[in-house]
Amino acid sequence: MIRMRTLEISVGAFVLAGALAFVVLMVQVSGVTFAQDQGSYRVYAKFSDVAGLRVRSKVSMAGVTIGRVTDIKVDTTYGEAEVEILIDGSTGPLPTDTGARILTEGIVGARYISLMPGADDELLADGDYIEDTQGALVLENLIGDFITRMGES
Amino acid sequence: MEILQRLGTRMLERLSKLGQASIMWGMALWGLPRRGDFGLFVRQLYSIGVLSLVIIVLSAFSIGSVIALQFYTQLARFGAEDAVGMGLALVLLRELGPVVTGLLFAGRAGSAITAEIGLMKSTEQLSSMEMMGVDPLRRIVAPRLWAGLVALPLLTAIFNVVAIYGGMVVAVEWLGSDPGGFWSGMQDVVEVWDDLGKGTIKSVVFALVITWIAVFQGYDTEPTAEGIGRATTRTVVMSSVMVLALDFALTLGMYGDFK
Repeated sequence: MIRMRTLEISVGAFVLAGALAFVVLMVQVSGVTFAQDQGSYRVYAKFSDVAGLRVRSKVSMAGVTIGRVTDIKVDTTYGEAEVEILIDGSTGPLPTDTGARILTEGIVGARYISLMPGADDELLADGDYIEDTQGALVLENLIGDFITRMGES
Repeated sequence: MEILQRLGTRMLERLSKLGQASIMWGMALWGLPRRGDFGLFVRQLYSIGVLSLVIIVLSAFSIGSVIALQFYTQLARFGAEDAVGMGLALVLLRELGPVVTGLLFAGRAGSAITAEIGLMKSTEQLSSMEMMGVDPLRRIVAPRLWAGLVALPLLTAIFNVVAIYGGMVVAVEWLGSDPGGFWSGMQDVVEVWDDLGKGTIKSVVFALVITWIAVFQGYDTEPTAEGIGRATTRTVVMSSVMVLALDFALTLGMYGDFK
């Protein structure tokens, strides 16, 4: 009987360890937070070019990550990319004249959106658009420009 | 003509084996939920899962630390040591975790299942069970299939955690890369569904295939000492090859968009 009990206890411990491993993988490795972020809100921004930007790319201000890109669509009327950004609730509201630029981490790193703080008294509400945007610098376009200018001179 | 005929016979034999195996598998999985079966299931979970823990933990630690070591030395040339955690977690969750655990599981548990059932068959325990009106599919096969299905994903998760911590010991504690970069780089890139979820699907598929092969090979052995040996070997070889081939197919199917 005692042998049977140690067997069952060890099976229980095994299942528990496995479940615990899944929790560790979710929380520590994937970085899931179970507490739903209170007061996070969505803003939109239109860029002329978002080459290299992806869903879940970082959105930062002064180098601090304050949100993520949640959706990227193309607006065919003007041929612009419309990016949906989810700003963390802990960041607080941003002024309406906040600017957005697409930058690159390092030389070959991932693209991210950098927000530049504005000074307006009015604040961006959920669903508002960021007006002042600057798209990604595409290396091919820069090289193309450079070569045509070389040809002119 | 004769070659063609031989090929045809071989093919038909193979197909009928596959058919038998499928019928057995379906019937075994169908007929579980009855009173008293839970004890059998727990006993199998012990011999399949708990007893595989030692080999899983030991190999996970060595694999995790060796991957971290290799990544670190290569990435340090570009000054990208912070990417060690990220690379380690992705490699483990997506590929190495399920595959290596599957291979070890095939060697450790699959061979044991085949040998056990094969011996039961050759000592005619199975036919005497049938004579007593006990369905061996329900009593012998089903608990093993279910236990494998539960045990392998759990073992894979434990493998991944141990390997990541093993990698951390090497990269952070020993080689002195930055712990903040290690963990946050990992958390930035790893996604619950895309990496953890799809990796877990892989391990469930592997568990199905390995236990299926192991149980059928045991059931199908020639009832001699030599036959049991051959069946055990066949289990390990077939399930290892199937795990690797299926891994490629699953990666291609689930992650797609490589071209």
